[in-house]
Amino acid sequence: MSLERLLRGQGGSWLTASGPAADVVVSSRVRLARNLRRHPFPPRLTPAEAQRVVDEVRGALARLGPGPGGRLELVELQALTPLERQVLVERHLISPQHAASELPAALAVDEREGLSLMVNEEEHLRLQSLAPGLQLQAAWEAADRLDDALAEQLDFAFDERLGYLTTCPSNTGTGLRVSAMMHLPALVHSNQAGDLASALARVGVVVRGIYGEGSKAHGNLFQVSNQITLGRSEGELLESLEAVVRQLVERERGARELLYREHRVELEDRVGRAYGILTHAYAISSEEALALLSTLRLGVDLQLLPQVRPEVCNELMVAVGAAGVQYRAGRPLEPAERDVRRAAMIRERLASRQAPRAPRGEA
Amino acid sequence: MLCQRCGERPATVHVTRIVNGVKTEIHLCPACAESSEMALFAPSPFSIHNLLGGLLHPQPEAGRAQAELRCPACGTTYEEFARTSFLGCETCYTAFAPQLEPLLRRIQGADRHRGKRPVAPGRREQAAAGGTAPAPDGASAGESLAELRRQLDEAVRQEEYERAALLRDRIRALEGRDPAGRGAG
Ligand SMILES: [Zn+2]
Ligand SMILES: [Zn+2]
Repeated sequence: MSLERLLRGQGGSWLTASGPAADVVVSSRVRLARNLRRHPFPPRLTPAEAQRVVDEVRGALARLGPGPGGRLELVELQALTPLERQVLVERHLISPQHAASELPAALAVDEREGLSLMVNEEEHLRLQSLAPGLQLQAAWEAADRLDDALAEQLDFAFDERLGYLTTCPSNTGTGLRVSAMMHLPALVHSNQAGDLASALARVGVVVRGIYGEGSKAHGNLFQVSNQITLGRSEGELLESLEAVVRQLVERERGARELLYREHRVELEDRVGRAYGILTHAYAISSEEALALLSTLRLGVDLQLLPQVRPEVCNELMVAVGAAGVQYRAGRPLEPAERDVRRAAMIRERLASRQAPRAPRGEA
Repeated sequence: MLCQRCGERPATVHVTRIVNGVKTEIHLCPACAESSEMALFAPSPFSIHNLLGGLLHPQPEAGRAQAELRCPACGTTYEEFARTSFLGCETCYTAFAPQLEPLLRRIQGADRHRGKRPVAPGRREQAAAGGTAPAPDGASAGESLAELRRQLDEAVRQEEYERAALLRDRIRALEGRDPAGRGAG
């Protein structure tokens, strides 16, 4: 896949709003931390050694057959502008930390953006597998297969007692981070989210707002993930997180039902207003857009807005970021100009009767 | 008290956190508290790094001896590790083993890996020859009996009996004998 297509595209196959429990779980993600033997870990790499790590990984990928989502194509971050890197952050393909890397670093990604690999982030390798909806097991199986295929080519730092050796001891052991991106508007609306998060912290589950630089969870989107990586098998870690996610799904659905039953007029009013603003605004900040898209998505899930398709909400939630808007414009923009472009993009996308995702980039 | 994150400004934000029954106090200055990755929920407001930073700070008495520890392979000192929570290379795990193992027990609640293992070299050749060798049910991928027996021999030779016991159990499981029925000790 060309870089151009990756950057201009409408996002990965994990945005399709399909899969089990897709009304609450946007996507399932599995990350595996791996390091190569006989190379210092990333914080200790010199530029030359970092480049050798990138080259070794490139060589290993070249010997790998294509997976279900096509071949993993490697892009060196040094070849990208800061804006292009930021687009990849907004698409959840690299982390902000990875985008800021001054050492040789790379991203490898398949065509569906289901499997990807960060090279020289906090660890030498971070395999990532994404699937739409609640499909932690499927995401794990894909990551596991890629991990095995890579282990046949690369020598991973591994210890019999401690498992996979990682830069940060919080990843040691399985190196496995399982997470679900959840849309929890009704739990936030009914002020239950805080209590749940503190209860979850006690059982080793971390809840973070995503998109937020600060404390706020823009768009009511949360990343729910395991904190512990050592002492339990991958299967146990997956199962326990899945159990927590299922409970959250039930709670969110319960809260939505209650909202629908007892505050129907208020709810319909909010959804209608959100749709009105999104389809008619001429300038909108990413923060406001995310908040309104969250309300819109809730309305879609409660079947209050038959004219809007859920995957359009998902795509827009990813596309409204500052970098994406500027990349589409083809140049850096002042914030005020960005807000105008963003509003236009949202109006167009919502007015287009939501034809199925076009295979090519936008016009 | 100084901020645990920047070590410069006085700490005025104090958070108590309980993870797996382990109580941790975090002390930050207002600037670091503001800029740290605040999750939106007060009870778990800090990322694992900040939490680790707090746990890793050498105790004043033990500090001097620990600060002089240095990894022979990459040159990382224990003091640097305590400050950044980053290890420099795989050998750091050996160099800092006495400090690292209690730390892992505190942050992870365990100090023994129970997950998968990298594909063994034996299987690499099979894979290269186009063969498939699915792991037996319940075993990690690539875990072959021959490889495990080799490791068991090595563990016994090096008098690592705990590891040997684990390997023995894994071999029995692979051979279809249930190690669970025998009790742990
Ligand atoms: Zn500070
Ligand atoms: Zn080292």
